[in-house]
Formats: sequence, structure tokens, C-alpha cells
Amino acid sequence: MLQSMIAGEQLLETLRERTGCPAISFSTFRDNYRILVPREYIYVVLQCLKEGFGFNMLVDITAVDYLYYPDARHRFCVVYCLLNTQTGQRLIVKTFLDEPDLNLPSAFSLWKAADWLEREVYDMFGIIFEGHPDLRRILLPESFADFPLRKDYPLRGRGERHDFPAISRAES
Amino acid sequence: MALGLPENVFIANLDKLANWVRANSLWPMPFATACCGIELMAVGASRYDIARFGAEVMRFSPRQCDLMIVAGRIVMKMLPVLQRIWLQMPEPKWCISMGACASSGGVFDTYAVVQGIDRFIPVDLYIPGCPPRPEQLIQAVLDLQEKIRRTGTLTGREFQQRTQLQTPQLLTAPPSDLIVAPGDYRTATQRWPADDKSSSVSSSRWPLPQVN
Repeated sequence: MLQSMIAGEQLLETLRERTGCPAISFSTFRDNYRILVPREYIYVVLQCLKEGFGFNMLVDITAVDYLYYPDARHRFCVVYCLLNTQTGQRLIVKTFLDEPDLNLPSAFSLWKAADWLEREVYDMFGIIFEGHPDLRRILLPESFADFPLRKDYPLRGRGERHDFPAISRAES
Repeated sequence: MALGLPENVFIANLDKLANWVRANSLWPMPFATACCGIELMAVGASRYDIARFGAEVMRFSPRQCDLMIVAGRIVMKMLPVLQRIWLQMPEPKWCISMGACASSGGVFDTYAVVQGIDRFIPVDLYIPGCPPRPEQLIQAVLDLQEKIRRTGTLTGREFQQRTQLQTPQLLTAPPSDLIVAPGDYRTATQRWPADDKSSSVSSSRWPLPQVN
């Protein structure tokens, strides 16, 4: 564990050096290594992690809505889970977003896996990934107007689930 | 014979003849979207064997079916598909809503899950259960056969009278007001007369904690 921590600090120093961003921070929780990155630097950090540290697999992209969360300073957090398939090392990269500017650069040019993952985050949270080749809804119908995993969206929806024409027996 | 019919000629109601044929030769369309579909498969297989009641030939083309068995929850993206398949089935046709999810949404009271398919397509028979036992589905098929025998007509006149959906009234209160806060499930989900001692519901039968 101690050795991993040192490796983490070294990784952080190298990242700060290569990306020119001093505000990157590092933390651990159990066996997770987490890097917090300012949103302006997220693409260069991901690029550096892929090309310089061998994180050649994007496992997941997801997001968190911290609305009504105690002591939260930002509304949204976008989370990237990376994996180095040579060493088996995993890394979590986080960045925070606030309304009204919910734009992030797309990671599609680094990992093709980002295609559907970013579409899912857009579908559920309304975060826009600039440079994504086809940013459409992936799970919900195209006609859906809201972003249902946001905390200000009611659990039972706003009536979308019953907004369909009914077919009676006489007309079918 | 008063009519003077020759031998081997019978007089029967043509409706009853058609109903007899239709009831004993149902062709189910398995619209299985969830775990109820597993029970549906069990009913079709040898142990429960719905072939004993003439409904064993499951076809996956709606053009070849006359009984739609909706087994599982229907989400809003699947509902237009369900309606289209229902419209593609030839007359006469019937619909069984199998299980709690198809009938009412079940535990999935969320933004995307339709709270009962009877809001959007006509349903002839509901099966409770989560999922229902295979015997319940067999009983439902028997009940549907009984319904066909009693109400069916050769030309399907009985369908023309069903111009309105027999569906629960749509909720008029805004959704946010309907959320029940977590707490004591006995007071949160049911109304018991707390003060009225002469009520038919005895409070000794259902001992409740005192709620201020």
C-alpha cells in the first residue's frame, strides 16, 4: 500500500509536469486511486494517461449529480475509469462541472469505447461532449425531453410514461 | 324431428360452433419481456404442458397468433412496439396481461415504466402474481376459453362494443405529491381508523403503534 502511494505521488508529479496544470490532486479510497482534474485540463490529462502511462482501456464513464448533497461545491462530477491492461492498474479520473456550462471535450478520439458511454451520460445527465461523432440519446426515446438521473427530476417522471395514444378494442 | 330434417343433420348456433373451435385452438403470441416469460416458457414445456388445453403453439409472428400474452414490464420505448404488434394480429384476438408488472407496473413505479398495459391496449384477462405460478396461467387460459364460449360471436360483434378502455382513471395529482415518505409501512400505505373504536376493523386485530 505504501509503495502504491509513492507510485501515485510520482504519477501525479509527472502529470503536473507534462500537462502544465498544478491543480491536479490525488486521493485514495480503499484500493482506488483517484485523480481530480480541473475541467479545462481533462482532455490533456486523459491523453497523457493513455499515451504516457499505458492506460489503454476506458472501462467506464459515468456522472454524479451532487444537487442537495451536503457540503458539495459543484453540481456535477464526471468520472472516468481507466485500466492499464499491461500492469492491471486501475485509475479513476474525476472532473467537476457546474451549470450552465455543461460541456466537456469528448474522449472518443482517445478510446472508441467512449462513444456509447458518453451518449449514456448525455442521455441521463445532459452533459454535452464536444467533438463526439454522434451525440444522441442511447437508452431513452428520442422524444424524451428531460434528463432523468438529475436529482431535480421526479422519480415518477413528469408524465412521459403515459403520453401515448390508447387503442380501444373496437378500433384494433 | 319437427322440422323434418334428414338423419345426421344437426341444428346449432353458428356462434357457439365458432366459439367452440376458437376456444380450443388458441395460438399465443409470447410477448415476454421479463421473468414472467420464464414461467410462460415453463407452461409451454412438458411439465405444465399447456398443450392439454390446445394453446401450445407459440408463434413469434403476430400474423399467426390470436392470443397475446404480455409477460413482463413494458417501458415507454417498448410500448409503441407492443401496440404495433397488437394491431398486426388478425381478428379475432385476445390479450392476457400476465403478472403484476404488465397489469400495474408492479414495483417499478418509475419514470419510464408504463403503469399497466391496459392504459394503452385492451386486456381481456389479468393474472396476479410476481411472477404467477404456471397453474395460474393455465387457469387464465381456461378462464379465457370460458369467456370466448360465453361472449364470442362469429363476426366479432362483442368487440365492437368495447369502444372505451377499461382502465383505471389517470392520476390527476402532480407526481411529486404522490410520493409516500418512508416510515411505518402500516400507517404510510393503509388507512386504519385510529380513533373510531366501533369500526368494523378491530384495532386489536391489527395492533398499531400510537401515532401523534
